[in-house]
Amino acid sequence: MERIGLAPGGKTGEVLAQDIAQRFPQGVAVAKSTNNRLYAKVDRSVLVSLCTYMRDALDFEHVTCVGGVDWLEQGKMQVVYHITSYANKVTAELVVDLPRDKPEVDSITFLWGGANWHERETWDMFGIVFVGHPKLERLLNPAGTEVFPFRKDFVTGRRV
Amino acid sequence: MAEMWLNMGPQHPMTHGLWNLRVKVDGETMVEAEPVIGYLHRGWEKLTENRKFPQIIPMADRLCYGASMSWSHLYCLTMEDAMEVEVPERAKWIRTIVLEAQRIGSHLMWLAALGTDLGSYTVFLYPVRERELFLDLMQNLCGARMTYNYPRIGGVRNDVPANFERDFTRVLNHFEKRLSDYEALCDQSTVFRMRMEGVGLLSAEKAKNLGVTGPNLRGSGVDYDVRRDDPYEMYDQIDWKVCVEKSCDAYARYRVKMDEMRESCNIIRQCIKQMKPGAIRVKPPRTLAKGKTGWAHVEDPRGEGFMYVIGNGDERPYRLKVRSPIFVTVSAAPEMLVGYKIADVPAIMGSVDMCLGETDR
Amino acid sequence: MDLRLAPQAVAMSSAEFLSWSGEVIDQLMRYSGAKKAVDKLTAPIWSWAIRNATVPLHFGIACCALEMAAASGPRFDAERLGMIYRSSPRQCEVLLVNGWVTAKLRPDLRRLYEQMAEPRWVVAMGECAISGGPWYDSHNTIQGVDTFIPVDVYIPGCPPRPEAMIDGFMKLHKKINKEMKGTFLND
Repeated sequence: MERIGLAPGGKTGEVLAQDIAQRFPQGVAVAKSTNNRLYAKVDRSVLVSLCTYMRDALDFEHVTCVGGVDWLEQGKMQVVYHITSYANKVTAELVVDLPRDKPEVDSITFLWGGANWHERETWDMFGIVFVGHPKLERLLNPAGTEVFPFRKDFVTGRRV
Repeated sequence: MAEMWLNMGPQHPMTHGLWNLRVKVDGETMVEAEPVIGYLHRGWEKLTENRKFPQIIPMADRLCYGASMSWSHLYCLTMEDAMEVEVPERAKWIRTIVLEAQRIGSHLMWLAALGTDLGSYTVFLYPVRERELFLDLMQNLCGARMTYNYPRIGGVRNDVPANFERDFTRVLNHFEKRLSDYEALCDQSTVFRMRMEGVGLLSAEKAKNLGVTGPNLRGSGVDYDVRRDDPYEMYDQIDWKVCVEKSCDAYARYRVKMDEMRESCNIIRQCIKQMKPGAIRVKPPRTLAKGKTGWAHVEDPRGEGFMYVIGNGDERPYRLKVRSPIFVTVSAAPEMLVGYKIADVPAIMGSVDMCLGETDR
Repeated sequence: MDLRLAPQAVAMSSAEFLSWSGEVIDQLMRYSGAKKAVDKLTAPIWSWAIRNATVPLHFGIACCALEMAAASGPRFDAERLGMIYRSSPRQCEVLLVNGWVTAKLRPDLRRLYEQMAEPRWVVAMGECAISGGPWYDSHNTIQGVDTFIPVDVYIPGCPPRPEAMIDGFMKLHKKINKEMKGTFLND
């Protein structure tokens, strides 16, 4: 079906998914792909090489969002990346699982400057360390806050 | 030359919201800039984990209060993606109309704030007057002037009132004439043009890499608009054009928004003609399965808004992540500010159209 | 000059003279009823002058700030009532708190309040400033601005309409009248 907005020469989500699955047989599991969306589970170790490939070869120019999720009972944390390709009009969702007692992942700020504050905020709220980030400091919470407020074991309540 | 750090904010007439812009100045020229945000952080995303799905709609309104319909609509789109709910056609037409009316209202508020920043009080008064007309239309529709609580998961809250078409057509006719006047007021003012042209340059490559979206991106020549390129609601059934400017400066961003206001009028007119009677709402499921995710992105008046939800198995979300366009644009502010004079800061940050409610969440 | 030759001359330092003469005038004015008469004249004039110039600080926090801006627009026109915004707290009389206050903002808001010169009033606009509003369970929001700043007028609403904000300022005018700041020789 001809999709509105498909750039001439642009590839659909399914084509990109096949490309990625071929290139990264280990470490990337594509869960679903449609015309303009692509959902994949990515291993921590291949994240930077996958992102570099996506930016340089597959024209993914824009990081839409980087967010964290705290799965307290399962003992893991997740970082969810949404990266968009303007040329192909496709958005890819990459989910990376991390162990909850040592949540560390490589920073992709050197690839896309747009991820800078998103990663900083994810650290601020969850305590997930982005190795290689230029400035991992408190952004939204006041400087000197000692807790990570969005973790599931931090319970909010009335506070004066 | 002596250099020093200056605090512009949090209480400063140019700030449009509560943030602090620390600039390192060498005389009058800015050498470094560091935006400090967080004065409005309420932990919105964590608060939603304590609320049922319909209760989050008025909370989403208060994310960016300048464009509140856009955010509650984005939340409803996200939930509809997660719950796989199909919205009836009439609801989509109504949503498109109110979204574009909200876009006009938001851009008018931006223009008013820009006028205040540049010292032109007339450019504050006129857009605020026209914005009142659009707020009247919204009040007729859903009862509120600003935080509407109107979209619902599965449709909209109520059908349009009587005389809807007549009122909208009257306001649009009146507004389009006046819009030409306001464009002339700004474009033919030498001072306005001198202050806006050639400042705040942001090249297309930098804009794309730094995650800048919306009118700020299109002012740098990049032709991307979520409404056309990943259509939602009825945007793919209407004949409209995306406004792009090439000069990458503050004036280009201003021009993009003025053109967008005209395009919005065009879109609303077509929607009103093509709207058909029908249902306006379907009943969505109450709960979302644990681990089920959904996301949606829209063209907010300020850029690409995006939300991502994970279900908890009951009536509350497990995690609701919000991507605010201005959050990323403010992080790109140093790129636009370094090298210019302090007096250019209101012009540059004014052209970016900041709203701190969505930045800090 | 030999003061012993002119016993009617009383030697005082200037400070002593000022306090003695102040006391004499004070007692004279009070017991003759002249103070009451003068107050009846000056208090309304001072109140009229102060309430027609309730200059708020140019400080917009959140959603209610947009309704505050709409109130200065042509339709509601708050400026005819003296609400002209000034950027420096030294020049303002009213601190209009229009939005939620976070832990990061609290010290800065307290400092702004302390920088304002007397006479000054605080108006809490909107539910968030009154009591925390919809963010009642937030880790970062202060549940009401009156926990660290004394508030004079509360304007409920989320957000209050511009007419409600103007009505709140009318109540502030009544309060100013009652306070009678223009009394001569303040007790």
